[in-house]
Amino acid sequence: MRYDYPEFEFTPPPGLSGPERRHQVAIIGAGPIGLAMAIDLATRGVPSVVLDDNNVVSVGSRAICWAKRTLEIFDRLGVGERMLAKGVTWQVGRVFHGRRQVYEFDLLPETGHKYPAFINLQQYYVEQYLVERAREFPDLIDLRFLNKVSDHQDLTDHVKLSVETPDGTYEIEAAYALACEGAPSPTRRRMNLPFVGQEFDENFLIVDVEMAQSPFETDAPERWFWFEPDFHNGQSALLHKQPDNIYRIDLQLGPDADVKAELADDRVLPRIRAVVGDVPFTLDWKSIYRFRCARLDRFVHGRVIFVGDSAHVVSPFGARGGNGGIQDVDNLGWKLAAVLNGGNPALIESYNAERVQAADENILNSARTTNFMTPKSATEATFRNEVLRLAKSHPFARRLINAGRLSLPCTLDSALTTPGEAPVPPGAAMVDAPHQGGWLIEAAQGEFTLLSVGGARPATLGNLRSIHATDPTSITRYGNGMTYLLRPDGHVATAFRDPKPAQIAQALARAEGAMT
Amino acid sequence: MTDTPLGARSDDVYQALMDAHADRTDAGSAALNARLVLMLANEVGNADRVISVIADAATMDE
Repeated sequence: MRYDYPEFEFTPPPGLSGPERRHQVAIIGAGPIGLAMAIDLATRGVPSVVLDDNNVVSVGSRAICWAKRTLEIFDRLGVGERMLAKGVTWQVGRVFHGRRQVYEFDLLPETGHKYPAFINLQQYYVEQYLVERAREFPDLIDLRFLNKVSDHQDLTDHVKLSVETPDGTYEIEAAYALACEGAPSPTRRRMNLPFVGQEFDENFLIVDVEMAQSPFETDAPERWFWFEPDFHNGQSALLHKQPDNIYRIDLQLGPDADVKAELADDRVLPRIRAVVGDVPFTLDWKSIYRFRCARLDRFVHGRVIFVGDSAHVVSPFGARGGNGGIQDVDNLGWKLAAVLNGGNPALIESYNAERVQAADENILNSARTTNFMTPKSATEATFRNEVLRLAKSHPFARRLINAGRLSLPCTLDSALTTPGEAPVPPGAAMVDAPHQGGWLIEAAQGEFTLLSVGGARPATLGNLRSIHATDPTSITRYGNGMTYLLRPDGHVATAFRDPKPAQIAQALARAEGAMT
Repeated sequence: MTDTPLGARSDDVYQALMDAHADRTDAGSAALNARLVLMLANEVGNADRVISVIADAATMDE
């Protein structure tokens, strides 16, 4: 079943007929990052205007792998359950060399989590659900399609934006502008900011096919990755399932591929048949891409803040692009809301420091995967192939196979963190567990929260939210007797035993930017 | 001369290495060497030590 792309309506914005009062936040781009940003701010009562040059959701499935931590953030934003219900849950991956399986992994072998390790869901569904969710905040989210930001000026205490629409051009002002435009980021280009990193020469063909019959030999959908498959001329191949019986196939084409010729049906169809066999299927979407791993030196430039792919790009192996971007949103939302409400502006700088660290981790992992998959010399190829051969007989070599180190949240090494020893260490993202008939991620995210575990004396401080985890699973995961201070983005600000109110107050002040 | 971990068996180890490479093509030897490096790294069993040995070897180019 093909996705039916709805067109969003263009409504002439008030700025066309007279000056608008200054907005608090202008979000440039209504992709997953911009939309999630607007919803996150709206949950904190912060209004925003979202400007998008287009009027449809993502054309093509594009980002399809949404990681557990991202789903937990989406849960807080009110769309996680809908995504889980529609998405294809998978957790087993297999790696083949030629036709032979050399390695198999289970990403989340334990129970006691609301969300699985991964779901696959086409980006167009993610954007559709986010648009529908954003429309549940009509007083806080002003969604403007076919509103293209053509210029901006940072005027120190606000940003002035020029916006082109089908009915003419207008200007608005906002206290902050968030560039959520994806990798091509016109804002970044306008500012002429260097976007430095590693370029890869390899071309990849990416195809979505619809077919009734599953190519997997198991009931559950999986992630299959081949090094040197006999059906694809010794290059790599990846197979994934999406909802609506759509399968994603990625095929490495080499650095010298003729992109135009390779996109023709007479070239694509035989390649797909070689993967899935002689079964009926229809092509849904195809594209050829190259990639790079790069980031901005800084994500915060005065009143202009870069979020998601506009700030950093990675190769797709590891699903660290979209997932990394949603974690940017999670990190920035509460900080920006706090600063707009009189909080310490150092919090914005901590977004820069924390998410630069996370981007570097994502870039490191995805660049290593890409290097393993596309050896650049005969020696690299020899090592790669010997790893694959050894893996069949020597388990240690399986750890060296790198077909994607799948997205995990970054443990932040941050000035906001008060050091401490704990099973979930300070800086790490919270870990889910059952909690009072629901889940810990439902109870603890969104605002600063004290989490007292098992036998710990329930900690309190003023009107700070305080919850007591008594489920055996949460006690195992968090440590009996521990008390955690969790940030609004669910990261551990600190952990201690029997803290005095002054200790809690000090850790809280630090997490709110007092010591940066 | 101070003794080394391989001690009196040093010649045996060197000869075993040469024997393993005997009658191999350059490509076959390269593959064997790659395998051997990976297996020996695993035998050392300590990532810091392995990385330090790699760095030591890599700085010995002319």
